[in-house]
Amino acid sequence: MDFELLVGIFPQVLLDGLLLGFMYALIALGYTMVYGVLEFINFAHSEIFIVGAFVGVEILLGLKSAGLLETLPWPLVLLGVMLGGMLASGALAVSIERVAYRPLRSAPRLIPLISAIGMSFFLQDVIRLVESLWRNAFNLVYPTLEPLNERFELTSTIDVSAKSMVVIVVALLMLWGLHALVNRTKIGTAIRAVAEDQAAASLMGIDVNRIISLTFLIGGAMGGAAGVLFGVQYSLINPYTGFIPGLKAFTAAVLGGIGNIPGAMLGGIVLGLLEAFAASYMSLLTGGAFGAEYKDIFAFSVLILILIFRPKGLLGEVVRERA
Amino acid sequence: MNPTRIRSVLAVCAALAIALLPLGSGPTAQGKGTIKIATQSPLSGGQAALGEGIKLGTQLAIEKFKGNLEKTGFKVELVPYDDQAKPDVGVSNAKNIIADKAIMVVIGHLNSGVAIPSSEVYKEDSLAMISPANTNEKVTDRGYPNVNRVCGRDDVQGPVGAEFAAGTLKTKTAYVLHDKTTYGQGVAEAFKKDLEKKGVKVIGFEGTEEKSNFDPLITPLKAKNPDLVYFGGIYDQGAPFFKQAREKGVKSKFLGPDGMDSSDFVKIGGKTVVGTYYTTAAAPASSPQAKQFGVEYKKKFGKNPEPYAAESYVATAIAIKALEEVTKGGKAPMRAAVASAIRKVKYSGMTGAIEFDDKGDPKKASYYVMQVSTDNPEKWSENKEAKRLAIAAPAMKK
Repeated sequence: MDFELLVGIFPQVLLDGLLLGFMYALIALGYTMVYGVLEFINFAHSEIFIVGAFVGVEILLGLKSAGLLETLPWPLVLLGVMLGGMLASGALAVSIERVAYRPLRSAPRLIPLISAIGMSFFLQDVIRLVESLWRNAFNLVYPTLEPLNERFELTSTIDVSAKSMVVIVVALLMLWGLHALVNRTKIGTAIRAVAEDQAAASLMGIDVNRIISLTFLIGGAMGGAAGVLFGVQYSLINPYTGFIPGLKAFTAAVLGGIGNIPGAMLGGIVLGLLEAFAASYMSLLTGGAFGAEYKDIFAFSVLILILIFRPKGLLGEVVRERA
Repeated sequence: MNPTRIRSVLAVCAALAIALLPLGSGPTAQGKGTIKIATQSPLSGGQAALGEGIKLGTQLAIEKFKGNLEKTGFKVELVPYDDQAKPDVGVSNAKNIIADKAIMVVIGHLNSGVAIPSSEVYKEDSLAMISPANTNEKVTDRGYPNVNRVCGRDDVQGPVGAEFAAGTLKTKTAYVLHDKTTYGQGVAEAFKKDLEKKGVKVIGFEGTEEKSNFDPLITPLKAKNPDLVYFGGIYDQGAPFFKQAREKGVKSKFLGPDGMDSSDFVKIGGKTVVGTYYTTAAAPASSPQAKQFGVEYKKKFGKNPEPYAAESYVATAIAIKALEEVTKGGKAPMRAAVASAIRKVKYSGMTGAIEFDDKGDPKKASYYVMQVSTDNPEKWSENKEAKRLAIAAPAMKK
């Protein structure tokens, strides 16, 4: 075993893992916020996430064909694209709630879950239909923003790209913003009140339906932003791309303690790191006996272990109190 | 809905059903009946570009060569099936195909992993299949009398890549990845085995189903700094992998099998993948016959032929030649007779002379090593030919 190699790539693996982790964290917020308020898993969130990526790529391709992609400064472009993706995903999340979940709100909890899974399949194929009619394409590629492709080589094995830095910084800003929104504003107080007890919140003069819509809007917008960042980072998207990251992000939310916003961030980062370390080190440490293909098995085994010892997740589940 | 509304809706449905019935099951207008040629290839999903090429290549050939059959009194029709690149879908389509007694030949599939189980179904009724693209050994090594292919084999394609890597590129160290499918892993293992025989060190061998984030795979790869990186798989995974590797500063040369042979490879990878080598059994579009085909294809469908469109065209031409033989004198064709007639066809077309051996491989197949020369997807057919080898298929292993 090459010890020098193992140590040499460590910082790079850490960075890869963090990047992936922040991506998961942003998506996980959508699951956890909805769970916190309604106690049900919005399985359509993975498609809400990928719709953000699709709207983002459409805006970028539009800018490119208008010749504006090179002339406009990249932070402006990125901001515009992210706002577009957030808006689309947020609006989609709100309308899904209105159409597929609200009519079922008084039904047993499994019913909206099934509705959510159905919504997920439905959206995948709607995206596929729209894209094949509109662009006659299945795979879409994010146009490159040249300045974001800049790389900084720290050593021969460690190398940081501008875009991964941007992704991490933007994710951090958004996570901090959400945390502040939920904990320090009136709206945040209302969301927390509805999460704790819908009936009491409504007696206190809070419009419960509006707050639930708002929760979907915020969670969806976070998912949309994650979608755009995902596209910028990994460049290739198709209508089914959202599913696996969505599943992983859901796992991250459970790992951190579902319903718990800081928990989702922590869970995302832990899962991202686990995956990156498993994929990079597995075959080096086992001499090729277990390759990178076992990364998910390893990551999920660790996850099961954690959940055996902390069944409510790393930071504890946050659920409404029962009367 | 109130009862009257329901009743009227039902009435409309019934009327429609009656109106449509004769269209579906009525006899064909006149003549001796219809001969159908089916295609099975992914028409939706990530590999649809290649799958559609198979369908359109077949369509073009049917239109061009059906004349003699029509003179004998048969109508010739194309029935395209979408196998979605999934084995289960391919098999259930295959069951529908053998149930339709007018289908005499299947041209397909794109993916070996789909072709192998589907051809088990065709075999039940001796329905002939001619594959334009399936390079896995098992496709023909089962020795079925109804299964043929006009392309090469992975156990030759892998060694062709290895020969090129060791001989022409003078590679000392290589890193091999694959997509864990029958095709990708098969060709990667054949490549690795032969490379090691030639004294090249394989310093990494990994399989992955990942489609977006290749960072954790690239980090150890980059640290080991191999001369060559090989990806056994299809372009929708290979292109983003090569792209991310190049963007992360990997300086190695890139090589892949014929799964990379699609204009979508550069659409996804852009200029980062220019210079990538790939081995393919699909003839480059530079020969005069192939150019002619390209012109006709573009005129008809408004786009350049994808790889395997030409092979599908050739496969269909062979099928029609066999059908002409079987229907001589106006006899209605039988599936088993068509299958054995296909084995006897001697055909010479744009991919060279084709004659099947006793297990359905072409007696001699050409393999090419190509290099991506531009990031313009329109100019995929202008990629440079780096090496060409004509190799006979290995004899059946008993």
